[in-house]
Amino acid sequence: MSAGFERLRRAAPVTARIVGAVFGGYALGALASVAALALPISAPQAVITGMLASFVVYACAVIWMFLARSARRAWAGLLIAAAPLALAAWSAASAASAAGGLLP
Amino acid sequence: MKPTRNAKPQGRGVRQSMSDLHTWAGLLAGWLLYAMFLTGTVSYFKDEISQWMRPEIAHQRVTPDPAAVAQRVTDTLGTVAAGSSEWFMQLPTTRSNVVDSFWRTPDWQPGKRAFQDATFDPSTGAKVVARDTLGGEFFYRFHFQFYYVSPIWGRWLAGLCAMFMLVAIIRGVITHKKIFVDFFTFRWGKGQRSWLDAHNALSVFGLPFHLMITYTGLVTLMMMYMPWGAHVALTTPAQQQALDRQVSAFLPPGERAGVKAPLAPVDAMVREAQARWGRDNVASVLVTNPGDTQARVVVSRGVSARVSTSPEYLLFDGASGKLLDVKDRVGAAAQTRGVLYALHMGRFGDLPLRWLYFIVSLAGTAMVGTGLVMWTVKRRQKLPDPERPHFGFRVVERLNIASIAGLSIAMTSFLWGNRLLPASLAGRADTEIRIYFVVWLATLLYALARPARRAWIELLWLAAALLALLPVLNALTTQRPFWRSVADGDWVFAGFDLMMWALAALHAALAVRSARHRPRANAADRRRAVALRHQEDA
Repeated sequence: MSAGFERLRRAAPVTARIVGAVFGGYALGALASVAALALPISAPQAVITGMLASFVVYACAVIWMFLARSARRAWAGLLIAAAPLALAAWSAASAASAAGGLLP
Repeated sequence: MKPTRNAKPQGRGVRQSMSDLHTWAGLLAGWLLYAMFLTGTVSYFKDEISQWMRPEIAHQRVTPDPAAVAQRVTDTLGTVAAGSSEWFMQLPTTRSNVVDSFWRTPDWQPGKRAFQDATFDPSTGAKVVARDTLGGEFFYRFHFQFYYVSPIWGRWLAGLCAMFMLVAIIRGVITHKKIFVDFFTFRWGKGQRSWLDAHNALSVFGLPFHLMITYTGLVTLMMMYMPWGAHVALTTPAQQQALDRQVSAFLPPGERAGVKAPLAPVDAMVREAQARWGRDNVASVLVTNPGDTQARVVVSRGVSARVSTSPEYLLFDGASGKLLDVKDRVGAAAQTRGVLYALHMGRFGDLPLRWLYFIVSLAGTAMVGTGLVMWTVKRRQKLPDPERPHFGFRVVERLNIASIAGLSIAMTSFLWGNRLLPASLAGRADTEIRIYFVVWLATLLYALARPARRAWIELLWLAAALLALLPVLNALTTQRPFWRSVADGDWVFAGFDLMMWALAALHAALAVRSARHRPRANAADRRRAVALRHQEDA
């Protein structure tokens, strides 16, 4: 039992990194793609810009998740990067719903 | 990277975990990536493969006039696709000798296919009289959505593999400081070291291309992978359409007036487009609501002389034939996307560029392949008893054999099936594809049943034999043997035969090398392996 627990405890940081890389990275990419709507360009162009950038953000997030010194730091970095993107995404989304869409 | 004395202890742990991730995720994604790379590589000659797989259609010496072809096929669609709200036709090019067409199913109901398709003969406008086959389109579709899984799941799976690849490449650039030294270091015939050097050299040599091709591959399907921005910003159908118009010339049919009007001559519209873009630079014609006063005709520009797939087209009133709109530009972001998309497809260039794409992609395929082989070579030396590896090792080893040597055999068998199946067979195109998968599975069973080394050698020889004999089979079953193709100046068929022999030689060379290779696992080797591992980790 305790041996099993010990193994679990040792596997936890790596698991946390992998989950953060695969799903957290995607979430960050998705957030960036929505945050791009805050750019001062027409909606279709902003949507495409967000899509193009999202894969770069995703890839960088994955690399960060494995380069950070600890799993904790990796996750912290991910959340810190997410904060401004979330803010921009949130403002763009509320602007879009207020305008009933962002068509120029 | 050399371990520096003051490196933090965690540093090595992270590099190790990155390395482990590359090793294990690389193994899982590698099998799929290898198949994606190889089928994608041959897809640069998709049109030529399709030509070869329809030998009944004569070699196209001169590209027929797109205007005349468009009119002929439009006339045919008037009866074949009567009542449909939308017709589409891809006009012949210097590389394609047929008209691929599809149309919306008339009176569509849920459960029925939304579109129907057919292939037409440009010279008559009638349906082609040729064996039923998916042609090169099969490899092309398999490349990004596999088969026997829904296209949606297939594309997500392909995207996941591509994402892994992207991370592996970027990570490689960041952590691999000795990248240029490695490029000039090649240790032939040194077992694992040679595999490592080959893997590194192939990766570095093609690195800019691999980075480009992987990223642009994700871009081709980004609308599906990252729909969130569009979900948030574009809430009405009109807004969604505004986005679609930035990336595609495929206009949906508008409202019908319900008043009948014959379609104006389509050839005149295509001529107008030719005057702008050149005789052979008209890619396709789209007709919506044919036979109605609200009919529209979209004539799209080809991709030659522009490195972009962004929509450029002329929009005509289908009833009067009047030019309504000239679409010749899209926004900056959309144009960026169009260029990236075009870079992935490689259709903008002539033959030399296509060959360059083919060769560098083949190097990419080899990069994934050598990586997979390295997994087993590296571990075999560390096994307690290399003669009797444990179960997991054996499974990986056999899957490698089937996914590398087996895939060559399966793909060639698909082409053999094209020549051997009777033309009248019902469901013929599907049977060709079934042959591909059944043969692939058979190579796996064979690899499981034989000793690994024997399986490699025997399957590589089988692939070489099938490839070498394909031109012979072609000579026996069609009227277009190699010598006649050469005499007729038909370089699609002659080139195909030559390519099969070149690939046969490649497989034979690999088989000979595998046969010569003697995996040694004595104490000295194991010591070297340990030393090498340190070198790699560092």
